[in-house]
Amino acid sequence: MTSTPLHAAIAAGSTLTSHATTKIADVQNAAAHAWAQTPWPTRKTEAWKYTPLKALEKGEYFIPAAKSTLSADALKQFAINRLEAFTLVFIDGHFCAEQSDDLTQLPTGMTIEHLDDASNLEQFNKAAGEHATLFGELNTATINTALVINVAKNAQITQPVNVLNVASANAPCLANARILWQQAPHSKATLVEHFVSTQDSQVFTNSITELFVGENAQCEHYRLHLEDEANLHIGGVYSHVHKHARLNSFYLAMGANLQRVDVVTQFEGEGAEAVNNGVYLPRNKQLVDFHTCIEHKVPHCNSNEIFRGIIGDSARAVFNGRIHIHKDAQKTLAELSNKNLLTSNKAEVNTKPELEIYADDVRCAHGATIAELDALAMHYLRTRGISQEEAQVMLSFGFINELIEQLNNTAIVEYLRPVIAQRFAKKPEFLESLIHEALV
Amino acid sequence: MLTIENLQANVSDKNILKGLNLEIKPGEVHAIMGPNGAGKSTLGHVLAGRDGYEVTGGSVTLEGKDLLALACEERAREGVFLAFQYPVEIPGVSNMEFLKASVDAVRTHRELPAWDAVSFMKKAREACKAVNLDQQFLKRGVNEGFSGGEKKRNEIMQMMLLEPKIAILDETDSGLDIDALQVVANGVNALRSPERSFIVVTHYQRLLDYIVPDYVHVLADGKIVKSGDKNLALELEEKGYGWLEGESA
Ligand SMILES: Nc1ncnc2c1ncn2[C@@H]1O[C@H](COP(=O)(O)OP(=O)(O)OP(=O)(O)O)[C@@H](O)[C@H]1O
Ligand SMILES: [Mg+2]
Repeated sequence: MTSTPLHAAIAAGSTLTSHATTKIADVQNAAAHAWAQTPWPTRKTEAWKYTPLKALEKGEYFIPAAKSTLSADALKQFAINRLEAFTLVFIDGHFCAEQSDDLTQLPTGMTIEHLDDASNLEQFNKAAGEHATLFGELNTATINTALVINVAKNAQITQPVNVLNVASANAPCLANARILWQQAPHSKATLVEHFVSTQDSQVFTNSITELFVGENAQCEHYRLHLEDEANLHIGGVYSHVHKHARLNSFYLAMGANLQRVDVVTQFEGEGAEAVNNGVYLPRNKQLVDFHTCIEHKVPHCNSNEIFRGIIGDSARAVFNGRIHIHKDAQKTLAELSNKNLLTSNKAEVNTKPELEIYADDVRCAHGATIAELDALAMHYLRTRGISQEEAQVMLSFGFINELIEQLNNTAIVEYLRPVIAQRFAKKPEFLESLIHEALV
Repeated sequence: MLTIENLQANVSDKNILKGLNLEIKPGEVHAIMGPNGAGKSTLGHVLAGRDGYEVTGGSVTLEGKDLLALACEERAREGVFLAFQYPVEIPGVSNMEFLKASVDAVRTHRELPAWDAVSFMKKAREACKAVNLDQQFLKRGVNEGFSGGEKKRNEIMQMMLLEPKIAILDETDSGLDIDALQVVANGVNALRSPERSFIVVTHYQRLLDYIVPDYVHVLADGKIVKSGDKNLALELEEKGYGWLEGESA
């Protein structure tokens, strides 16, 4: 399978959006070429071994999404209360200025430009490097609108930027989402990527986020996949973390029938730190696939990664956590943990830590397990009158909530608790006790 | 209230309780003392209904009802409360959420009026105060990172909210500092009533100065080998358990 409708289309050069600068056009042409040259993944392609792309093979998902609109009312349901973010709305990959906050009223120290007239494109499409995938090339080749978000040197921006990506088209189509986030040295900012969908949508979201965190800068990053199950999502988050910088990322995958996210973090300077935590909760026939990779290229960097999943019904999860410690990366501290809970005997998980260590003075800990609910904890709850069924709900929720509680942004915590609790609590009265903490 | 007759139980195929008899009337406090490994905690677990504790003979009734026929959570709802010797840590499940679920389950079963969120909060705060635990403990994971003494106080707090008929306190005094001991004792004494009974398992006579028992029993090798009033505890403190061996034979 090497030819989809889009392969053909791109080869003919017909769907390329013609971007203003020749520089972007060049990058796009190269990407289009790469896309056309890269063979379609099969079960023999290592990185896609457990993630069949059958749903995409018919080709109908490669029809570029048309521009559409949604009313402010229709978008209200996606609001994250108390986040008080600067919100940018994309509908099926098209930037929707009317529903976004006023780009002339940005927090001090932040600029947002359209890709076409961005002042500095030095780093555009540079984050993935050798990790670029077929779908990344597709994204680059067919970008509709992309935003470049810049945080100035020393800027300490407390207002989070919330990029709301809505899948809305109710016939199969392709929506490219693209963000280039660039933080200058000593800056501090928060990015929330929020993927949602309207009823009956059938969108293939193909997203790429590039994060550049400059020297001594701090980036707080949340990526929430909450689309309905009729949608598909393949995405990549590629970050470069510079000297003494800190990246703190959290991923939640609950949406879409097929979700694949590549998380690639590269250390570009010593003394940097990255946390990539995540939660996935596939059910029904959902498939979630996280491929993470930490590139320890330089000495004295710390990476920490905790992913937990609960897989129900006939759902499947794939977790591949790679830690690559280069020859020069002495004094690296890298930790990776992946725990999975299967709540049905038809649920499946394939988890694999992948360590490549070429330096000798490093500390690296990893673990990938299929866990069970703690029998003693279960017993303790039951001795307090709680039914086995409810105890299961509470412990499953607790397993995930441990990671949610650690998030720095309390508005996100408050937003996610009920969203996640709803997934576990089959009865409303269970739900009530799960979200009770907010009362204290 | 609680009648235990000739109770025999195995743990991992090993016979631990070997024909234990105990009759507890409403409002009474019974202290159980006895050497390590005698089966005191086993008795608590058997009464609370822990998996893996196999009853091989005898009977236990609570107000005439066959307790052993009930599932663990049903016993709790009927009014059995076990304060664990080693309370369990449950990270990710907040104490608050846990207490609410527990109180709801128990009150629903007993057909007591439900506590709405506001009155529940009020009760929970009061209970915290009564055992001298900061309210912040309500937000934390169940027993997660609590010190030994805090865990024990958390058990007593749960007991206060659940208002059991029979509470079994398994070494709730061990690991407590002198002030905390008094706090726990006050908590128990505040709950003493003609309708509620207690089994207090302890190694130390000191606790019984604060929680004055109606009876003191010695459990050794899976049986009650001697019973007496509170003075028996003093005698044990002085003489240890060795002198009883002759008597039990
Ligand atoms: N799972 C088990 N497998 C085998 N033996 C067990 C198991 N659990 C308990 N026992 C044994 O049962 C006996 C009684 O234990 P139990 O905990 O009831 O003693 P105890 O009287 O509470 O002692 P302590 O004063 O030390 O708390 C001990 O010998 C113990 O080793
Ligand atoms: Mg014991």
